[in-house]
Amino acid sequence: MISFLLNDKAVHIDATQADTTLLNYLRDERNLCGTKEGCASGDCGACTVVVAKTNEQGSALEYQALNSCVTFLSAVQGKQLLTVEHLADGETLHPVQAAMVDAHGSQCGFCTPGFVMSMFALYQQDSAPNREQVNVALGGNLCRCTGYRPIIDAALASCTGTPQDKFSQHQAATIAKLNALPNSDAGLDTLFMPTNRNELAATIKATPTARLFAGSTDIALEVTQQLKSLPSLVSLTQVKELQVVEETSSGLKIGAAVPFSKMEALLLKHFPSLHELLDRFASTPIRNQATLGGNVANASPIGDMPPALLALNAVIKVDNGTTRRDIAISDFFTGYRQTRLQNDEWIEAIFIPYLKPNAQVRAYKISKRQEDDISAVCAVFNLALDENSKVLQLKSGFGGVAATPASVDALSDAIKGKDWSKISTFELGKKVLSESFTPLDDVRASAEYRQALLVNLFKRFWLQTNQQSQQIETRVHAYE
Amino acid sequence: MRKLIEQPFTSNPQGKVGKSHPHESAIRQVSGQARYVDDMPQPANLQYAAVGTSPEASGTLNSIDLTAVWASPGVTDVITVDDVPGHVDIAPVFDGDPIFAQDQVLFNGQALFAVLADSVQHARQAALKAIIDITPSAPCLTVETAKQQSNFVRPAHFMQQGDFDTAFGRSELNAQGHLSIGGQEHMYLEGQVSMAINDEEDRLLVYTSSQHPSEVQKLIAEVLGCKLHKVVVDMRRMGGGFGGKETQAAQWACIAALLAKRNQCAVKLRLPRMQDMIATGKRHPFENSYQVGFNQEGLIKAADIDINGNCGHSPDLSDAIVDRAMFHCDNGYYLENVNVAGHRCRTNQVSHTAYRGFGGPQGMIVAEAMMDAIARKVGKDPLTVRKLNLYGDKERNLTPYGMTVEHNLLGDLIARLEASSDYWARREAITQFNKTSPIVKKGLSLTPVKFGISFTAKHLNQAGALLHIYTDGSMQINHGGTEMGQGLHTKIGQIVANEFGVSLHDVEVTATRTDKVPNTSPTAASSGTDLNGKAAQNACIIVKQRLAEFYAETINESELTADKVIFADNYVTLGPHSVEFVRLVQDAYIGRVSLSSTGFYKTPKIHYDRSTGNGRPFFYFAYGASVSEVSIDTLTGEYKVERVDILHDVGRSLNPAIDIGQIEGGFIQGMGWLTTEDLKWDDRGRLISNNPATYKIPAIGDTPEVFNVDLYPRDNDEDSIYHSKAVGEPPFMLANSVWCAIKDAISSLTDYKVDPQLPAPATPEAVLKCIMSIDPDATRSEPS
Repeated sequence: MISFLLNDKAVHIDATQADTTLLNYLRDERNLCGTKEGCASGDCGACTVVVAKTNEQGSALEYQALNSCVTFLSAVQGKQLLTVEHLADGETLHPVQAAMVDAHGSQCGFCTPGFVMSMFALYQQDSAPNREQVNVALGGNLCRCTGYRPIIDAALASCTGTPQDKFSQHQAATIAKLNALPNSDAGLDTLFMPTNRNELAATIKATPTARLFAGSTDIALEVTQQLKSLPSLVSLTQVKELQVVEETSSGLKIGAAVPFSKMEALLLKHFPSLHELLDRFASTPIRNQATLGGNVANASPIGDMPPALLALNAVIKVDNGTTRRDIAISDFFTGYRQTRLQNDEWIEAIFIPYLKPNAQVRAYKISKRQEDDISAVCAVFNLALDENSKVLQLKSGFGGVAATPASVDALSDAIKGKDWSKISTFELGKKVLSESFTPLDDVRASAEYRQALLVNLFKRFWLQTNQQSQQIETRVHAYE
Repeated sequence: MRKLIEQPFTSNPQGKVGKSHPHESAIRQVSGQARYVDDMPQPANLQYAAVGTSPEASGTLNSIDLTAVWASPGVTDVITVDDVPGHVDIAPVFDGDPIFAQDQVLFNGQALFAVLADSVQHARQAALKAIIDITPSAPCLTVETAKQQSNFVRPAHFMQQGDFDTAFGRSELNAQGHLSIGGQEHMYLEGQVSMAINDEEDRLLVYTSSQHPSEVQKLIAEVLGCKLHKVVVDMRRMGGGFGGKETQAAQWACIAALLAKRNQCAVKLRLPRMQDMIATGKRHPFENSYQVGFNQEGLIKAADIDINGNCGHSPDLSDAIVDRAMFHCDNGYYLENVNVAGHRCRTNQVSHTAYRGFGGPQGMIVAEAMMDAIARKVGKDPLTVRKLNLYGDKERNLTPYGMTVEHNLLGDLIARLEASSDYWARREAITQFNKTSPIVKKGLSLTPVKFGISFTAKHLNQAGALLHIYTDGSMQINHGGTEMGQGLHTKIGQIVANEFGVSLHDVEVTATRTDKVPNTSPTAASSGTDLNGKAAQNACIIVKQRLAEFYAETINESELTADKVIFADNYVTLGPHSVEFVRLVQDAYIGRVSLSSTGFYKTPKIHYDRSTGNGRPFFYFAYGASVSEVSIDTLTGEYKVERVDILHDVGRSLNPAIDIGQIEGGFIQGMGWLTTEDLKWDDRGRLISNNPATYKIPAIGDTPEVFNVDLYPRDNDEDSIYHSKAVGEPPFMLANSVWCAIKDAISSLTDYKVDPQLPAPATPEAVLKCIMSIDPDATRSEPS
C-alpha cells in the first residue's frame, strides 16, 4: 500500500501499475487537471507539484517542488502531495497566486500552475530570496509568453521568508495527519520499497528483473518517452544505508540515494568551487529527487557530476548485501553507459576525499543555456602546487568528449614539476589536451567546438589560478 | 441611415480602456481552474488516438503492414489515407498537405496512419508497431540544393524601385554578405490537442487548440465529405500559439473527427511533445544575401536583396511568409534603388509555417546586417548609420513595394531611447572596457523596428462579433478571435465595457465558436484586437443606437435626440435625464427592443497588386526600438545579455500591462530565436533537436537583470480601435539588438574594423567560431 495525503485528505493506494507517474495519477485518476503536461520529460516544469514532509526532528514541514511527470507514486509515501487547486484558502488566493495576478505573471496560463507551485515551495523557505535565488528556484519552469520579468517580480514580492498562509497555520494538524499514515509494508505488489540492505538484497534476489531507482528522473523517461512498461520496480529511497551522509576524518561520504538538494550544502562546504555545477545541475525540482548515486550509476558521458568526481579522486562504494567493495571512480566506467557494477550490486555511497590544503579546484560547464541544460563539455580541474608554484599534480575530469566521463592523466604527467605561472606550462598542457580526445558531433555541439573548449577551458583555468592573471575577467556568468 | 454613436476614449472615468486590468483568466490560471482542451470533462465513451509517422524524409511508400498495430492491446481502430471519405488534402491555401501520406513520403515525421485505443499509452504504443515499407530517395535538405534543382513550392516574387545597377555602379563604397538564419520551434507549453465528439445524427462538436477555428471547421467538413454546418468548432483558450496553431492544429482535429465519425464515439488526440516537435512546422529557416552600395557617409544608394525561405515540403503559408520577409527587408530604412527577390524553396522537411513575425524577422535582420556592414566600412558607430538611413517624412519615404511611409515615428522614438538608455556614454565606457579586458568583451547595439500591420492576403482583414445583453444588464460578447494568452479577450471585454460605460465584471467574453461567429480569420498577423475589437465595437454601437433611440423616445423632448445619449458609469444620460443602465435594458426589453446584434469590420485603405509588386499592403506601421548590451567570453563563446532598454509604439494603449507583457515576451522569444534556439536536422532529414532537453528556449535566468520597457506616448494616426496599435508580433524583432550587440562585441576584437559574419542563432558555438574566423589570435592573447 502507498499512503499519503493528497492535499488534505489521506489516500491509500493498494493496486496500480508500478510505473504510474504522479502526473497521470493526478490528471487521469483524480481529475486534478490544474497540473499540466508540457513535455513529460522533466524539462519544462508545467507539471510541478509540491511535496511536504516532516523534518528530521518531526517539528515542522519541509516543502519541495517536484516534476510530477517523472515521479512514480512511491515518492509520496508518507508525505503530503500538494496541487495548485489546493493553495487558495476558500475564495482567497494564496499570496504567491495573488502576486502572480497582480504582476500580470500569466498570459496563456499553461505554465502558470507549475510556476505557482515552484513559487509556493520558495514561499515556504524561511528567508526572503534574492533575484538569483528566485532564478534557481524557478529555473526548471519554462514560460514561452511573458519573458519572465513579471514572474520574477511576483516571486520577489510574495516570498518574504515569513510564511503566513493556511499551510503554516495548519502545520501541526498536517504533521499529525502525516504521522497517522501507515508506513510499514509500504509499496505495491510490483513496486518494492525495501528499508535496509538485507531487504534490498532479498528483493533483488527474488525479483532479479525488477529495476532499481531512487529519484526516478531518468528511468521515468523510459515510460513517458520510450513508451515502455516497467512492470516491476524497486525504490531505493527508504533503504537507510543509502541515506547516510557522513563527514569522516578523511572525506565526505554521500549515500547513493540522497537527493542533491539534501546534500548540496555539505558538498559545497568542502568543495565550494562545485557551486556552478550544482546550481546548474538540471533544475530545482529535479535536484529535489535526483541522486549522486543515480548520476554515477547511469554512467552517462554527459552527466554533470562524474567529471567532478574524477577530478576529486572519488571512490564508489558498492554493496550486494553480503560483500562491500570500493571501486575508484577512474576504474568505474567501462564503456558507454556501462560500469563495473555486477547484476546483484548497487551503489551504497560515494566517498570524496577532502582537498589537500594547496589544492585549487575549478569546475566549468558549457551549454547553450545556463539553466537546466546538458553540457556540451564539462571540465573539472584539481591542481596542487608547491610553494614555488611548481605543479605537484593536476587531476582532471571531462564530460561530453568521449563515450564515458574521463580524466587525462597524461596532462598531469606532462606538466608535473613545471612552473605553473609559465606560459610554456600552459602550452604543454594545451598540447596534451588537444590530443587526448576525439569528440563527436551531436545535437549539442560539433566535434570542433568541443575540441576548442577542451583547450580554452584549460586556458581559463590557467588564467584564473595564476597570480599574474587573476585580475583578468574570464567569466560572463558569475557563480559564487 | 442610422446615426451611430461614437464613444470617445476619454469619456471613461472608470478607465475600462487604457487601464492595466489583469488578464481575464488570471485568477483561473493561477488556481488551476483554467481549462484547456485536455482538461475538459471526459465525454462518455471517450477513446484516444495516436499517429504513426514516416521514418524517412523522402521516398515511395510501398506498404504499411498494420497487423501488429491492430493486435496491440486496447486497439479499436486504425485508419490510413484510404479511409478518408472526403478530401485528402488539408492544405490551407495551395494544395500539398495530405492528411496522411499517399504514395510518396515527403518528410521525416509525416503522418502515415492513426490508431484508436482505450488509453493514451495503448494508442501510442500501438502506433510504434507498424511495419513500414518505404523505398527511400535522396532527400533535398537545404535551400542551396533546392535552388540548384529549381525546386520551389511557389513561384518567385520580385519588388523593385529605382535603378539598382546604375546606382550600385556609381556607389563610392559597397558591401555584401550572406546570412544563414535558423528556424524556430514554437514550443507552446500546451501541445497540439483536439477532442471530437460525435453529436446526434451526423453532427460533430470539436474542441481544438487552434488559432483558426473556422479553417478547422472547413477542413473537417471536407475530409468527412459533409457540409460545414454539420461541424461546430469550439476554442476557449490555447496554452500558447505563436503561429504554430494557425494551420498546424487542423490535421489533428481532422484525424480525431475522422475517428469519431467512423466509430461513433468521442476521440481525443494529443501529440506527445517529441512528435509535436517533429510533425508540425516551424519558423522558416532562411538563406539571405545582400549587396549594398553607399557613400562615404554611409548613406545607402543601392541595395540588392535575395531572400530564400526554406519552406519544407509544401506551400502551407509560405507564399505570404516569404512576401512578408520581402516587405520587411528594408526595416525602417529608405532604399532608393533596390531589387528584392523572394524564393520559396522546397525541401524534404516538415512544412514550415506561421510564427510570430511571419517572415518579417528573417527579412528585417538583413537590413540590420547591412547597417552593421556599412558602419564598419565607413568607420562610424552603427547607430549613426542607422539614423542616417531612416525613412524621411516628406521625401525618401517610399518603400520598395510602393507604399508611402506616413506618420514615421522612428526618428523621435530613437532619439528618446538614445537619451533614456544613455547610449553614447555607455558606448564610451564599453570601448574603454574592451581595451583593458582581454577575454571578456562587451557589445552594444540599438536597432529599430518598423512592422506592417494587416494580413497581406486582403480578404482576411475582416472580422465579426456577436453581442448579447441580458435583462440583468450583463452581457456576453463573442468574436472571431482566439485567446492564446495575448490578452485579446481582456481587451475586447474592456472595449465592450467602455462602450456601454459598465463594469468589466458585467462583460463575459465567451469561447470562440464557429456557430456564433462564422467565417472568421485566423487570430494572426497581430490583428486580433484591431479587427475583432472594431467588430465588437460595431455590435455595441448598433445596440447602443437602439437603446439610445428607445430612451430618446421615452424622454420625448425634441432637442434631446438619440445622438446626445451618453453611456457612462453604469448610467445612461440624456440632457438632464438619467437612468441606470440595467433599468434602461429592462425597459427596452419590455418595449420589445432587440438587445442582441452582430458586428462587422473590414480594414480600410489596403490593397496590393502582386503582379507589379506595388500597393499599400498595410493599414499602418507599428514602431519600436531597443538597446541591448552584452558581454561575451572569447574563450568559450558564452554570452550574457546585461541590459535591455525598449521604447515601443502601441499607439494609445488599451491595456498597458498586457501590452508591456507582449513586448517583453516577444523580445525574449526573439532573443531565443537569435541565440540559444538551435534546430538541427541530421543528414537523413530527421529533426534531432526534438525535445526540450535538446532545444533550449530562454529560461528565467536569461531575462536581463536591467530590463527597461516603456510605451511610446502617441495615438495611432489611423482610425484603429481607440487609436491603439497591434502589439503581438512587432516586439519580437526588437531582439535584433541582441544579435547586433554580440556582433559589436566580436567586432571590438578588430578595433571595430571588421563586420563579423555571425549566423543566427548565435549559439555560444557559433560565437566562438565567428571569433576564431575573424581573429584566430583572439583566444591566445596572454596576460600582460
